Order: sequence, then structure tokens, then C-alpha cells
Amino acid sequence: MSAPTPTMAVRMMRAPRLKRAASWYTVSLGVLVVMTLAAVFAPFIAPYDPNFVNLSAVYQGPSPAHWLGTDSLGRDTLSRMIFGARTALLGPLLVVVFSTILGILLGLLAGWRGGWIDSVLGRLFDVIFAFPSLLIAIMAVALFGKGLVAPVIAMSIAYAPFVARLTRQLIVSERSRPYVAAYRVQGFSGPWIALRRVLPNVTPIVGAQSTLNFGYVLAELAGLSFLGLGVQAPTADWGAMINEAQAGLTGGYFLPAIVPAVAVVIVVVAVNIIGEELSDRIGGGVPA
Amino acid sequence: MLARRIGGKLGSLVLTLFLVSLLVFFSRFLVPGDPVSFLLRGRKPSPEAIAAVTEQYGLNLPVWQQYINWLTGILQGDFGRSLQFRQDVSVVVGERLPVTLMLVVMAGLIIGVLGLTSGIIASLNRGRPLDRAILIGLTMLGAIPSFVGAIVLIAIFAVQLGWFPTFGSGEGFADTIYHLTLPSIALALVFVVLVGKVTRSSMVEQLGREHVEVATSRGLRRAVVIRRHVFRNAIGPILTVSGLLVAGLLVASSIVEAAFGVAGIGSLLVQSVDRLDFPVVQAIVLLVVTAFVVVNGIIDVLEPWIDPRSAAGGSAR
Repeated sequence: MSAPTPTMAVRMMRAPRLKRAASWYTVSLGVLVVMTLAAVFAPFIAPYDPNFVNLSAVYQGPSPAHWLGTDSLGRDTLSRMIFGARTALLGPLLVVVFSTILGILLGLLAGWRGGWIDSVLGRLFDVIFAFPSLLIAIMAVALFGKGLVAPVIAMSIAYAPFVARLTRQLIVSERSRPYVAAYRVQGFSGPWIALRRVLPNVTPIVGAQSTLNFGYVLAELAGLSFLGLGVQAPTADWGAMINEAQAGLTGGYFLPAIVPAVAVVIVVVAVNIIGEELSDRIGGGVPA
Repeated sequence: MLARRIGGKLGSLVLTLFLVSLLVFFSRFLVPGDPVSFLLRGRKPSPEAIAAVTEQYGLNLPVWQQYINWLTGILQGDFGRSLQFRQDVSVVVGERLPVTLMLVVMAGLIIGVLGLTSGIIASLNRGRPLDRAILIGLTMLGAIPSFVGAIVLIAIFAVQLGWFPTFGSGEGFADTIYHLTLPSIALALVFVVLVGKVTRSSMVEQLGREHVEVATSRGLRRAVVIRRHVFRNAIGPILTVSGLLVAGLLVASSIVEAAFGVAGIGSLLVQSVDRLDFPVVQAIVLLVVTAFVVVNGIIDVLEPWIDPRSAAGGSAR
């Protein structure tokens, strides 16, 4: 064994070769950190109560009192945007975590056991692939009612097969490697090898790929709230804010709609850059 | 050989559709409580309404019998009755379908033209600033969800410049196209990226092949090499991705139609979820998923004609 392979942590910390990519990556990380802090500490940062209605100050432009103006009910747009970061980030986070866990377990089962379990799961994934995730989310709302809970669960199920298929593929190629045979010969049980020795080699790659789903999920959940099926008024949510602000567009009041829209786009871009960079760095054995 | 291949594909397609129908039908049973009160949520459970719903779904029959009745009904074009319109679901959906198809076709054209040209131009300039600019541009476009695109387009082109209507689907062919211009652009944005990126990577892969070098060294003009030897070989992955877009477009149209007040099946789906009209929801979900499965099945079958190599097992390059 010559130069030892650096650990995953080292590879993630190490500056990438492309300077430009690095700076975008840093900026994106910064954006995400700021947004997360804003979401967590929203009550301390937001200048106003996001639901404080002031009908004598509707549709105000930017001013020292209201940096980003006010909406049709005179609510402070900046404060609503800051509070909106909570649902905007929490939903996708839950979906990515749940779908990754579920997908890894199913992929491990399919890849390690093979045989009929593999074919049954494969067929099941094919069926779920035929349902676009937004459609599954809309159907979940039709069944269980509006809000964030049903769509988050539904989308975790919708995204799990993508994770599972990748995991399965990696597990299958990992299973035939000598170290697995070596453990087998030493009498370690199959499940022990799979969970304690093979899985840790696979999870970082799968995890990095999963972060790429975050942006899609964020956009889809915001879209659901925009349709009035997700987060319900008066809760400040970016999608719901755009929905409420749409009526003002024809009157030329763009700001209350544009602010949350820009917030969505910035976070999606940042998350995608981070996701791509992470999968590039961790990479390894992911046939595109 | 060919007949067997198509037969196999067809069998797999029917099996998938069968499983899809099971999922759509039995999803109702995930909701706790009795089916009558689920179907009549938010409505007065008058004895007539209860009788009507019981009759329509055959709720007093065994579950498997309900499923078979439902499925045979659908195969004959009977999707049950809408609770909000008191009309047959097939009529309600049928009225709204043409607008959505128009919207999807227009968006598809935009996606095809912009995606292919940007991808091809980028691949021919790979590594150069133009390539990088196109990639960055595509990445930016890809981060604009359709509802964001919709409100920005409304703000600029409908309100500020007044070039396009903000609302409605229009009357007659030309007026419909006029009304659907902004919606189709909003719908296309995210998908242009997918086609553009796949086109670029597929072209780049082919450009590096030896047979392309051979064709060039034979003295063929570059345009001919690109068209006959590069693009034709690169088309497989592009086609596959295009097939995957079908369902995405149909579903995303619900957001765009809601934003622009277009009376298609997308806005109908949202409205039906809002008004707890489950039969309509079921019908539209089934329609979208079936469209996806069938289109992908067709692409699967057609692929050997476009790319004969894939008929020989697909691994030959």
C-alpha cells in the first residue's frame, strides 16, 4: 500500500483544483449557512412580526422602515421572507433525510440479497418512477389533507427509489470485492458484513448524490404551497407568499412576489452547486 | 426476433400499468375511516349522496369486486362521476385536456429547439468560454421553478410591457397560442436544462470517438460529420430523457396553469384536490402516469430504428 487514500473528511475539506468552482462552492455554503441561521433565529432577526397586519401601510416600496416593502396586508416582506426560510428548508431537509435512509435500506436489501427480492423491488421502483414526485405529493394532499406532513412523507417515498437504485448498484459491485470474501472466510455473518463493512463504504457516495435532490424538493414543495396545497396562510412560506402576492402583480406591485421568488432561486442554485461539488469530490464509482 | 422484443416490452408495459392502477385505486384505503365519509368530505352526507357514492363505487361489494368494476369502467372510458361538477369525469377531463396538450406541445417545442441548439453549440465549443457560458446559463435556468418563471414573465411581459394577456386560455387556435405563449415558456424553463445538458454530454462523448476522427480524416465536411456521424449517434440518450420529461411536463403544467388561469387538466387537478373531488383526482393521476408509461414504452420500442446498435443488446458501441 503506497500513499494511503485520504479519508472522506479530508477529501471534503481539501480545496478542489478548480479555483473558480471553489469560490462558488464557498459562496454557496455561505448562502446556505446564512439562510439556515435566518431560519433558526428568525424571531430575533426579523424586524417585524411576520403576521402583523397594518392596513394603513399596504404595498409600500422599500424604505428604511421596511427594507423590502410590505405586501397587500401591510405585512413586512423582509420579515416574512426570513420566517419563510423555516418551512422552505425544513421540508426538503426531512425529505432528503427520510428518502436517503429508506433508499439505502431498500437498496442494500436488493443489492445484497439479490434474487427475487431484487426483482420485486426493482419492479416496485419502476412503478414509483412512473409517478412524478410532485404528482405523488398532490395525491397525498388529496388523500390526507393540506399541509406539509403528507407531502413530505409522500415525497420521501417518491425519491427513495432513486437512492435505492444507486445504492443497489454500488452494493452489487462492492459485494464481489475481495475484502467481502475475506470476511466471509473468517466466518463473519452476511448481515454483519453488509451493515458494518460494506454500507459505510457506500453511504458517503449515496449521501452526496442525495444532496442533489434538495433543490428539486425545495422547488416542488414551494410549488405545492404556491398551489395552495402545502403550507397554509397566514404562515409565512415562500411558495405561499408568491401565491398571495400574485393578485398584486397586475397592479404593478411586484416586490412581495419577487422577494420570495428570488429567495427560492438563490437557495436552489446554492444547494445545487454544493451538491455537485460534493458528489465531484466524493465521487468514486458513480457511473453517470 | 423483433416481434418477440416488442411482445416482451408490451407485456412489461401492461404489467406496469396494472400495478399503477392498483396503486391509484387502493390509495383510497390508506385513509382511515369509512370510504363513504372519505368521498363525501366537506359535503352534506345526504341519503341521496351516500346512495350515489355507494352505487358509483359499489361500496357494498367486496374490495376486489370494486377494483374490477372500476378498472373495467375505465377501460371503457368511464371514470365515474365528478362530485363538484355533477358530471361524468370523462366529460370534465375531456373538455380540459386539449388546452393542456397544446401547452405541453408548445413547451415541448421550446424545450426541443433551445435544449438541442444550446447543447450542440456547447459541445462543439467544449472547454471554451462559450461552452462555459452556456453551461452556467443552463444551470441558472434550471434553478428557476415554473411558478417563479411564471410570475417573472407575468410581471415583465404581461403587466409592464403589456405584450401578452395575464390570464386565461383564449378562444380559437391563434388566440390560444397567443394566450399560451408565456405559460409554455414558464413550463419549458426547467426542462430545457435537462435536454441541453444531456445533448451536450452525449455529443461530447460521440465527438471523442474514433469513427468521428476517421470520418474527418476521410475529408468529409465538418457539417456532414457532425450531422451524420456525431448527432445521429448522440440521439439515443436525448430521446430517453425526452421520454422522461412527459410526465414532468404534465404535472408541472398544474403549477403553470394555476399561475396563468389556464383551464386545463393541471388546474383541474389542483381545483379537484382543493374541492375534495377524489374521482377527478384519480382520473388525472391515472392519465398522467399512463401517458408517461406509454410514451416511454414507445420510445423503448422505437429506439432500434433510430439507433440500430441498441437492438443488438445495447452494449455494442
